[in-house]
Amino acid sequence: MSTSTSPIGAGANVPAAKTTSKAPHPVVAAPLHGAGSIVVENVAKATESTAGGLPVLGRPTGKTDRFNGMTGAQILLQMLLEHGVTDAFGYPGGAILPTFDQLYEKQLNFILVRHEQGAGHMADGYARATGKPGIVIVTSGPGATNTVTPLATAYMDSIPMIVFSGQVRSYLIGNDAFQEADVTGITRPVTKRNYLVKNVRDLPRIINEAFIIATTGRPGPVLVDLPVDVTTGKIEDAVDDTPYLPGYKIFKAGHSKMVKAAADLINASERPVLYVGGGAILSQAWPHVREIARKGNIPTTTTLLGLGAFDENSPLSLHMLGMHGSAYANYAVQESDCLIAVGARFDDRVTGNLKLFAPKAKIVHVDIDPSSISKNVKVDVPVVGDARLCLEEMLGLIESRPRSSWLAQVARWKAAFPFAYKDDTALSKPQAVIEAINKVTGGKAVFTTGVGQHQMWAAQFVRWSIPRSMITSGGLGTMGFGLPAAIGAQVGRPNELVIDIDGDASYIMTAMELATMSQYNLPVKVAILNNRFQGMVRQWQQLFYKGRFSHSEMVNPDFAAMAESFGIRGLRCHRKEDLIQCVEEMVNHPGPCVVDFLCETDENVYPMVASGKGLHEMELGIVGSAAPNSNREMGTLA
Amino acid sequence: MRHILTATVMNEPGVLAHVANMFSARGFNIDSLVVGRTEDPNFSRMTIVVTADERTLDQVRKQLAKIVTVVKVRDYKETPYVSRDLMLIKLSAASSSRSEIIELAALFRGRVVDVGMSSLMVELSGEEEKLDAFVELVRPYGIRELARTGVIAMSRGAATNAAADEEVRTDQRPATARAAVRQPLSGKRQPTQQELEATPPG
Repeated sequence: MSTSTSPIGAGANVPAAKTTSKAPHPVVAAPLHGAGSIVVENVAKATESTAGGLPVLGRPTGKTDRFNGMTGAQILLQMLLEHGVTDAFGYPGGAILPTFDQLYEKQLNFILVRHEQGAGHMADGYARATGKPGIVIVTSGPGATNTVTPLATAYMDSIPMIVFSGQVRSYLIGNDAFQEADVTGITRPVTKRNYLVKNVRDLPRIINEAFIIATTGRPGPVLVDLPVDVTTGKIEDAVDDTPYLPGYKIFKAGHSKMVKAAADLINASERPVLYVGGGAILSQAWPHVREIARKGNIPTTTTLLGLGAFDENSPLSLHMLGMHGSAYANYAVQESDCLIAVGARFDDRVTGNLKLFAPKAKIVHVDIDPSSISKNVKVDVPVVGDARLCLEEMLGLIESRPRSSWLAQVARWKAAFPFAYKDDTALSKPQAVIEAINKVTGGKAVFTTGVGQHQMWAAQFVRWSIPRSMITSGGLGTMGFGLPAAIGAQVGRPNELVIDIDGDASYIMTAMELATMSQYNLPVKVAILNNRFQGMVRQWQQLFYKGRFSHSEMVNPDFAAMAESFGIRGLRCHRKEDLIQCVEEMVNHPGPCVVDFLCETDENVYPMVASGKGLHEMELGIVGSAAPNSNREMGTLA
Repeated sequence: MRHILTATVMNEPGVLAHVANMFSARGFNIDSLVVGRTEDPNFSRMTIVVTADERTLDQVRKQLAKIVTVVKVRDYKETPYVSRDLMLIKLSAASSSRSEIIELAALFRGRVVDVGMSSLMVELSGEEEKLDAFVELVRPYGIRELARTGVIAMSRGAATNAAADEEVRTDQRPATARAAVRQPLSGKRQPTQQELEATPPG
């Protein structure tokens, strides 16, 4: 074995690596998801009481002298390459300069950002768009603390990401040195695991562990804090880079008894609903979700993060559920006798009032994280495991059933309560802009969003059908996510159309990343739904704070001119007759492009489940008025 | 309901902070948390006492297990176990009351570990309730300082479940203590007749 086993050969500037051939090789091959998986023996032994061993670095580990003579920074770069990293995002600074010196040779496609928050969201968007872990490299102190929001964003949405932060020399730690911060302390609650590397000899093992932890099980962000003396320190003799994770459990296939129990429950049900979350995309379970829905004729709704896991053009699609989900998804959940949650976590924005949630349903919950089971909602049949593997097994047990009366009911709801808006104002309705984007692209693009009204309208009015096409901050609700996430997605999928559907307030939070977009000529398109307000805040103030619009109105720059000043094509669309043409111009522009769509201000997102209400008690707003007989239709629920 | 959990954790900095932070971040109440070394230098053991209903306990257990540096979690809901709390207590002890205190300490199988001109320090270990009872008994003498370790616990060996540990469910316990442990643990407690009798005036 040598570095030829690594996915990328050692580059010219990396010292040739060798492995001691006599070293006992503490790895065994074991099949996991596919061929070539490796279970690290001593780790497997330490976790024998749990769900089995660990995957998978794609290459052997063990005691090796291949790092002899290398500095920490050299090791970091080489191992990033070995782990298949091709792109990284970040910003230099004193304490991380040894690492940046290694990046000088450009073996990695490194994207220099304008603020470390941007680097974090780019890595996040990159990870969501590609399924590969996003890599961030930043300096100590403020560089690292600026990644806290992206770490929290990724942690809430279970996104694989690794932040390498510089740190002051280890003997200075605790002395309030320049640009020192207790970064592992600060980031502990928002990372799946974090490390302060104290000795360069630990670095190879820790990098291996970081990749395993970030990408396996329920994925999540990991931070590795690298003091200067670690990145400049040299390894002089053989070190063991075998991951040591005795406390780390990865659940794979579900318990077959539970899978059978779940299938039995589903087969016996008259009114089942599939409720699909981001986990179905993370585990690539979406083909199985679609197949189970088709086979059992099960209406399927997705969460915000699950959009794209199911084809919304299918008559079985209920679109998104929850606070601003479709009326028919919410009604179906409330009427269902069997709710099958896959990779979803019963978030409060999904369930509304927990006491009133899905009152008639037995609940099946497929999730890789046991702590998600029965956290918010009591689950009848828990299936703990990788969604793809669980559904694969379940698929064979699902009986083909017509369920025609349930489907007929769902079809009536869908006909009665479609997402709707009234095109009755001089300026464009924001929904109309999104409809135009959907029409021009056919939904075939990678979309990112900020957070707020525009995000909900994007969820409602784009017809989602492709996994990893909706990139949005769900759990944390991070405004300013859209632009950097789009840049990251574009880096990961350079030949695809990437559109940031953004709000004016969200957009301007991280708009300085236009400079990054421009520097690397990344052809991201930005569609700003500009209503000159923090729209969702305005909506809540209108509905719940007597219209006292406290500090929610925005005075914005000329977004088109601003883009132009960065060397980016800037357009302004103020007439609704021009919508389609503007969208076409944006999409067809070969380089980066920002379009400022002037929109009506006083538009609210409906349906809306107010806080404390059950899903069926949603305010229908315009959606209800489209169906005058809606109340009679919903008689059983009122 | 009070529950005892133990967690085997990796012996490295930040683990205690992680566990403690998880409890506060998720709004779980810790009654006590004890960390110490184990037979394996790579691992430490935490014993955590929480007040929680069944469902919260389930979440506490799962959230603990989810922390990467936590290797193993166990609760003692349905397991026979031995638990101990260790206390050092410094009491005002004029020469006149010294012998009474020493006698009381002996009754509780405590040890006098320090004697000053006007004070006595007693070391006492046992189940929490026993320590509570002792504290109440000696309160009238004047407690100058009190430190308790919090509870550590360990499950009994399968074959010895029924075997009597000398201090658990034993009839050899002092009468006053046995009476005292049946009282509620917290809040203002009326002294029992025995205690009143045992309590020296002043």
